[in-house]
Amino acid sequence: MTLITPPRLTLDRVTKTFGGVHALTDLSLEVAPGQIVGLIGPNGAGKTTTFNVITGAYRATSGTVLLDAHAVTSEPSHRIARAGIMRTFQNIRLFSDMTVWEHLLVAQPHTGSFARRLLPTRFSNPHVIERAEEVLEFFGLGEVRNRLARSLPYGLQRKVEMARAVTARPKLLLLDEPVAGMNHDEAETIRTLMLRLREDGLSILLIEHDMAFVMNLCDHLYVLDFGVLIAQGKPDEIRTNPAVLDAYLGQAA
Amino acid sequence: MLIQQLVNGLTLGAVYTLIALSFSLVMGILGVLNLAIAELFMLGGYFGFAVVMAQLPLPLALVAGMAGAALVAAIVERIGYQPFRTASVVTPMLSTLGFSIILQNVATNVWGSDPLQLSDEVLSGRFNIGPVSVSAIQLTVLGVTVLLVALLAFLVQRTSIGRALRAVAENRDVARLLGVPAGRVTLIAFMLSGALAGAAGVLIGVHYAAITPYIGVEIGLKAIAVMVVGGTTRIWGALIAGPLMGVVEVMTVAYGGSQIRDFVVYGFMILILLLRPQGLLGGGRSDQGQRV
Amino acid sequence: MSMYYAGLLSDIGILLLGALSVYIILATGQLSLGNAGFMGIGAYLTSYLTVEVGVPVTVALIIAALVSGAIGIAVGFPALRLKGIYLAMATLGFGEMVRSFFQNFAAMGGSGGFHGMHHVSTGYIWTWALVILAAIMLIEASPIWLEIRAVRDDETAAGLVGLNPTEIKVGAFGCGAAVAAIAGGLFAHHHVYIEPGNFSFERSIDFVLAVILGGSTVAPGALAGAMLLVILPEYLRFLADWRFAAFGALLIGMLLVRRQGLLDRALFRFVLPRSRA
Repeated sequence: MTLITPPRLTLDRVTKTFGGVHALTDLSLEVAPGQIVGLIGPNGAGKTTTFNVITGAYRATSGTVLLDAHAVTSEPSHRIARAGIMRTFQNIRLFSDMTVWEHLLVAQPHTGSFARRLLPTRFSNPHVIERAEEVLEFFGLGEVRNRLARSLPYGLQRKVEMARAVTARPKLLLLDEPVAGMNHDEAETIRTLMLRLREDGLSILLIEHDMAFVMNLCDHLYVLDFGVLIAQGKPDEIRTNPAVLDAYLGQAA
Repeated sequence: MLIQQLVNGLTLGAVYTLIALSFSLVMGILGVLNLAIAELFMLGGYFGFAVVMAQLPLPLALVAGMAGAALVAAIVERIGYQPFRTASVVTPMLSTLGFSIILQNVATNVWGSDPLQLSDEVLSGRFNIGPVSVSAIQLTVLGVTVLLVALLAFLVQRTSIGRALRAVAENRDVARLLGVPAGRVTLIAFMLSGALAGAAGVLIGVHYAAITPYIGVEIGLKAIAVMVVGGTTRIWGALIAGPLMGVVEVMTVAYGGSQIRDFVVYGFMILILLLRPQGLLGGGRSDQGQRV
Repeated sequence: MSMYYAGLLSDIGILLLGALSVYIILATGQLSLGNAGFMGIGAYLTSYLTVEVGVPVTVALIIAALVSGAIGIAVGFPALRLKGIYLAMATLGFGEMVRSFFQNFAAMGGSGGFHGMHHVSTGYIWTWALVILAAIMLIEASPIWLEIRAVRDDETAAGLVGLNPTEIKVGAFGCGAAVAAIAGGLFAHHHVYIEPGNFSFERSIDFVLAVILGGSTVAPGALAGAMLLVILPEYLRFLADWRFAAFGALLIGMLLVRRQGLLDRALFRFVLPRSRA
């Protein structure tokens, strides 16, 4: 056995078909612990499908998904989430009548007995409350803690979604277009947050169309087109890769 | 004896077919379970009864039942469906439930909760076809059902109204974009389903020579089971499921006792919901395929 | 207390429990139109236990609740595969099947009904009702209820945050079935005579009406609804024969004007001080 730490996430020749359509073909990728990796490609390349396969929303037609070298390919979504993979969504999916605070409570894993969970929240494990406070502060959401999450402005909603995903201390965070529709300042805030999360050891796999954002942030990039990996490497390499430029021809960069 | 039961089953099945078509029209086009249909069935029966008891001919009774029920259906659509059409499908269902409660109460007050009975037979005469004895009334029920189903089929497949119905069934928003007046279409769908249910009511009232305000719950609800078995998203499934369930129910009564017939009918429905949710006639997936 | 008021109060208590049984299941996003079936199971089972086996009423109620709960869980699993209206139809079918079953069940009287139970007091009924209502209200403040709300809202997102929708939805069916069974057992020992017709679709609708009218997002809504359904007809005596129509109209009106019913969370936040956790 080697002493090298296994990658946080491994996709080993994952294929996903819907009927006759190949959404993903033989996709292999890795995310190391504490790495920020970008998954880019034109629209419809299969990026969100990749996320869905990783989180168990779709079952891979063939191939394996490994978290810290443990296969999670056919686990149900909630178990994969508990194992340490959390995600955000392209179109934000917050819970419609919960406050920001409630979002941070509901995402936390169960500690203690079932009976404890039946007691009013103020009697819960104090760690749960502490953690929620911690996350609230980290994301700067203290002022809106008791507001209905859905009533917040767009930028804050994205933050809440990230906060919800981070609360349970995942090992891997999947972010689906986290800065879509944001102006430069808002995107900068998100970028800073992501860097701080990385310092805490979190790995991040990121889908994003904003190329400046991606190039500025990611340690490594994977480029998909029509469900196939066409290139991978450091941002500088990818920037000048002809296959990538070809795939993006006509797309705004 | 068996064949006799078969005929009886087919007669009941014809009534089920009409009511199931009624449920299925609204369900297929709007995705809503219109619980008021059970009471439209009952009201149609009463309207038809009133005509028959006034010594007027049966076809007039049918028209009265269908028109009356269609009118009430229009009211249900305006007040019970239109305000809720953007909500989830459960809310309109609950509102039609409210209507069914109102309608049943109205019937109980206007006509009393005791059965109304026909003094003489509307149509006398039996025909003997081989080993089977079929009454003129049974033939009428079967005949009228076939006629109405044929008319409906013609309407849906060949007329512009039918095209509009099918368009809205496929995709309401797209239909509207294409200029189909969705609001008017849903009104027509409701009225059509009311007319079918009303016809069924007249037929069963004449068949049993009696009517109560409770036949909606007793018979009408079971038509939901028929719709499910036939396939909620394919209205023509009712043509197969209706006779099938009618026969199943009659056989159960004949050979198992009348107490367990509801058990069998609803049990069938649950089996289909679990094992083949798209129904007997349904396509591969319950969301695809032609609805109307 | 006069017989008349005792009777009314007992009816409210029993209807409250029935409404709560629907509420629990509705909280996970599932509409059940067949809880009268679980009520019937509870009624017949407790009656059998007290009359034929000589078990004390309280023990009989607990046993019936557990058995009914198990049946509820058994129903809850296939129910996972059905959504919205299809689930409602299936539960309707289930309720009718149970009623039909008891109609045919000669051992407990069939359609002739069953009797011989001893009478329990209004106080006894309300002890059960209040304890269960209080328990549910406590649970509404707990982490589990947040999970229930999350599952009702967006099952997929809930799963991706680590919640197990199966556990929650099936569990809710079990609990709802248990509470409905207790309503049935109390009903049986209050009216001391039961027949299958007592547990029909109309009964299931009463439960749903109470929840929708009284408030479908908070437990006390079931109490408001039960009180409304039992007391209002008394005040509307002049309506007499038209009270069902009045309730139908009230249902439609409520759906139009205040879809969540009389009581809701906002009302409570207004009345009670906000707690941090």
